[in-house]
Amino acid sequence: MAEKSHGTPAKGTGAHTEADGGHGGGFPPFESSTFASQLVSLVIAFVALYVIVSRIALPRVESVIDARQNAIEGDLSAAQKFKDESDAALRAYETELASARTRAQAIGNETREKLNAAAEAERKTLEDQLTAKLADAEKQIAATRETAMSNVRGIAADAAGAIVQRLTGVLPDSKAVSKAVDASLKG
Amino acid sequence: MKIDPIHQFNIEPLFTIGHIGNHTIAFTNSSLYMFLAVAVISILMIGGMAGRQLVPGRLQSIAEISYEFVASTIRSTAGAEGMKFFPLIFSLFMFICISNLIGIIPYTFTVSSHIIVTAALALLVFFTVLIYGLYKNGLKFFKLFVPHGVPIYILPLVMFIEILSFFLRPVSHSVRLFANMLAGHIALKVFAGFVAMLGVSLGAIGWVGGVLPLALTVALTALELLVAFLQAYVFAILTCIYLNDAIHPGH
Repeated sequence: MAEKSHGTPAKGTGAHTEADGGHGGGFPPFESSTFASQLVSLVIAFVALYVIVSRIALPRVESVIDARQNAIEGDLSAAQKFKDESDAALRAYETELASARTRAQAIGNETREKLNAAAEAERKTLEDQLTAKLADAEKQIAATRETAMSNVRGIAADAAGAIVQRLTGVLPDSKAVSKAVDASLKG
Repeated sequence: MKIDPIHQFNIEPLFTIGHIGNHTIAFTNSSLYMFLAVAVISILMIGGMAGRQLVPGRLQSIAEISYEFVASTIRSTAGAEGMKFFPLIFSLFMFICISNLIGIIPYTFTVSSHIIVTAALALLVFFTVLIYGLYKNGLKFFKLFVPHGVPIYILPLVMFIEILSFFLRPVSHSVRLFANMLAGHIALKVFAGFVAMLGVSLGAIGWVGGVLPLALTVALTALELLVAFLQAYVFAILTCIYLNDAIHPGH
């Protein structure tokens, strides 16, 4: 432990330095001869640490933490904006859907009414036509019957005259025959 | 085999730097570990933050956690104004914490096991409080010694106690750290020494019996890890509390 004599003053004036001459001679933390060296080292080390910490390290950490905070806040506000946008889009979609639905209903109603009216009109004209045709047909039937009836009278008179001639051998008076036919037809 | 638990605290000069008056200033093993601590802190805080990642990695996490830890300690004890002293308190905390943690590694030296180091740090805090307190508050700073709501007839006694406790702060501040580190390392060394001593003196039985002190040494090392951090934290938080007196003296 020869090098431990570093604490011994160069001029040999300190009495207290005798105690720390050898190993185990004293309690190291109380050996005042080592204090100066430790203090000088501590001052240099601590000042260096303080400068490094205050000038470089802490501002750097702070800027990184700030940047992260800003990024998180920015992301959150962007997400909020997107959410608002999607909400607005959803609302617009819903109102659009509702109005489209009412419009579709109106168009449907209108079309139905128009079609109903058209069908009604067509039915009416058709009915009218049919009624007219029916009347015509009835008239024709009546006319045909009339003609047919008059033909029947002539044929019946002829037949009656012929029958009377065959039976009696006498040609009957045509007027009397037609009178008798008429009476028979009426009866 | 002789147990010498004091040997680990020896200051060994490595080379001489110069002379101040009668004192030889040497670069000692203590100096080496002081600068080692400063280097470790610089690597952690600057190297760790070099990536500047948004999602921090391991080293950056440690750097950020230390930052946040010290910052929240200051804010909770000394308020937002205490952040003026953030670099000082951060330096103190990290210096003590890292040098203590390095000191737990076997064969290393613990810087804060020397009263001169802890006293210097405590006096630095003491004078910072005194000078800043007087600079900021002027004579109102002395209201610190006159608590509110104390009856006038016991006021002198209370003031005497307050002043005494104020001036004893650096003593308790430094001795707490110094004594904790010193006692812890002596205890560790003694128990670790038992293992070897038992083995050498009793042979095979001794080696088996040595399991007990070995287990104790392991447990003590864990405890010392806690103490290393805790004492740094206590030193930092007391610094905050003392600075709070300087910032807000009329508590």
